[in-house]
Amino acid sequence: MKKRSNFLRRVLDWVIKIIATLSAFFGIMILIWIIFEVGRRGAQAMSLNFFTKLPTPPGVPGEGVANAIVGSLAMVALAGFISVPIGLLAGVYLSEFGKDTRFGNSIKFSTNVMMGIPSIILGLFIYTLVVVPTKHFSGYAGALALALIMIPIIARTSEDMLSLVPNSLRESALALGAPRWKVVIQILFRSAKAGLITGVILAVARVSGETAPLLFTALNSPYWMRSLNQPTANLTMTIFNYAMSPYRDWQRIAWGASFLIMSLVLALNIFIRFMLRESKR
Amino acid sequence: MAINMGKNFQQEQWELKQASFSSHSRLKKEKRVFKENLFFRYLSALCAGFILVIMFGILIELYWHSHLSIATFGIKFIYSSSWDPVKKEFGALASIYGTFVSTIIAMLIAVPLSLVISLFLTELAPPIITKPVGYAIELLAGIPSIIYGMWGLFVFAPFMSRYIQPVLSKNLGFLPLFQGAPMGIGILTAGIILSIMILPFITAMMRDVFKMVPAVVKESAYGMGATSFEVTIKVTIRYGLTGLVGACFLGLGRAIGETMAVTFVIGNYHQISASLFSAGNTIASTLANEFAEATEPLYLSSLLQLGLILFLITIMIQVLTQIWLMKIQKGIGKL
Repeated sequence: MKKRSNFLRRVLDWVIKIIATLSAFFGIMILIWIIFEVGRRGAQAMSLNFFTKLPTPPGVPGEGVANAIVGSLAMVALAGFISVPIGLLAGVYLSEFGKDTRFGNSIKFSTNVMMGIPSIILGLFIYTLVVVPTKHFSGYAGALALALIMIPIIARTSEDMLSLVPNSLRESALALGAPRWKVVIQILFRSAKAGLITGVILAVARVSGETAPLLFTALNSPYWMRSLNQPTANLTMTIFNYAMSPYRDWQRIAWGASFLIMSLVLALNIFIRFMLRESKR
Repeated sequence: MAINMGKNFQQEQWELKQASFSSHSRLKKEKRVFKENLFFRYLSALCAGFILVIMFGILIELYWHSHLSIATFGIKFIYSSSWDPVKKEFGALASIYGTFVSTIIAMLIAVPLSLVISLFLTELAPPIITKPVGYAIELLAGIPSIIYGMWGLFVFAPFMSRYIQPVLSKNLGFLPLFQGAPMGIGILTAGIILSIMILPFITAMMRDVFKMVPAVVKESAYGMGATSFEVTIKVTIRYGLTGLVGACFLGLGRAIGETMAVTFVIGNYHQISASLFSAGNTIASTLANEFAEATEPLYLSSLLQLGLILFLITIMIQVLTQIWLMKIQKGIGKL
């Protein structure tokens, strides 16, 4: 057996330890830097106007992104309405009926694959499916694209959460003569409630920061939203358009909107942690 | 555990009892319940099948809408690098090249760094640091990519052009990779921002893999007199290797289709250049930048074909990843 000096091994160990610690701090510092910059620059844009006024042409003071906030909320809400029932039922199928069947496994596989598809592709898909036939961009198309992102996330999380419900609960309900669908809705949904809600919030948090699927579907608009059947203002596209503009005050608005979205997403994620911890008790 | 079955359910039970006296009405009831169950089962199967339908729908739709460009350029689309909307000549090579180069840069930076960070979190750091840092990393994995894009354009690109690129071209300027003007934006910057974006994502997964390594295995190595570094290299990493590769694959899938973090800083330039400082394009950034300008049918169809190529690449990566992860799960089942 090869003999190695103990001293060298110790030194190597220490060097590696120092490198690991330093690079861990380096990585974490960069991430803190991002949050700090967004917070610092975004806070400058915060004002009452920011939340209540429409965007203005460059140079005109008193600009805001109220229409974009409303539009984003409306689209995410509609996307939730579409995706929650579909995703939830798909999750029910995967955990209750399709376990270890060929169809169920292939669905599970494609759900996992679909979660990894770039969101810009889903935007393109909805563009060809909705925008091309109707010949105009619309908030409906945007909401559909967002819903397509949410469905696999909700399906997978609700499958996981429903699988955690002990089998004895299902069996006792079935033994009492309850039909299968009643067992699912009244027993499984109720006991996995926290987990299911977590999945939905996770999907909402993911979707509310998405820009790419809205590029070809909802587009953007400088006006108040009259209906979702027209191009709809939204926060992320506002960031994209304004950040690329050469005007200082527009860029400031983009920072403000970034700050708003980042805090919203972080708050949702913290809320999820909190809920999961509560449900574990 | 007290479960409220609901009034409806109790009443039904009572009815069922009553009905059992007359077998005819009981049979009717059972038939109804059977139908309801079947309906519910098919409804949920339909929703699950919807996901499969979307997957094939994307493929068919993208293929259908890009058939004009497929018919015009044929296979040349993939290896031609000319992208000229005026002359109506389109080739995807520059975008594909940019996609792969920026992803490779991102992986080269993110994988070792997140390996080291997750090792730090599981092996070296005291619990008082591990918990909040691990928590923060999970939160950071959820930050939308457009935030990274904004930060990249306004904060990191100027930083690159002032501090990092001059140093690189001074010391490594003999390589063609690091020649050219330090503009800040470009493929290198895009790759670095991608790496920062996927860093928390990969780190969180690698940390979970390391956490699954049984303490007994590590302790026995320590007991033989191994140093932390030796335990890490010879036990921890080797034990979790398949999981680590899976984490890298998931990160890769994320990086390759990323749009917003890249579009802001890559510079939208359709030429392949040896230098990493030069502006470029990825498939996703080309789509994001040029879709609004594409009024020509051929232009639009070429962009959709780019989308189709990206879809096929990501599907391939995702399918490989899932097969790999399934293999791991089977392995765990055997143990």
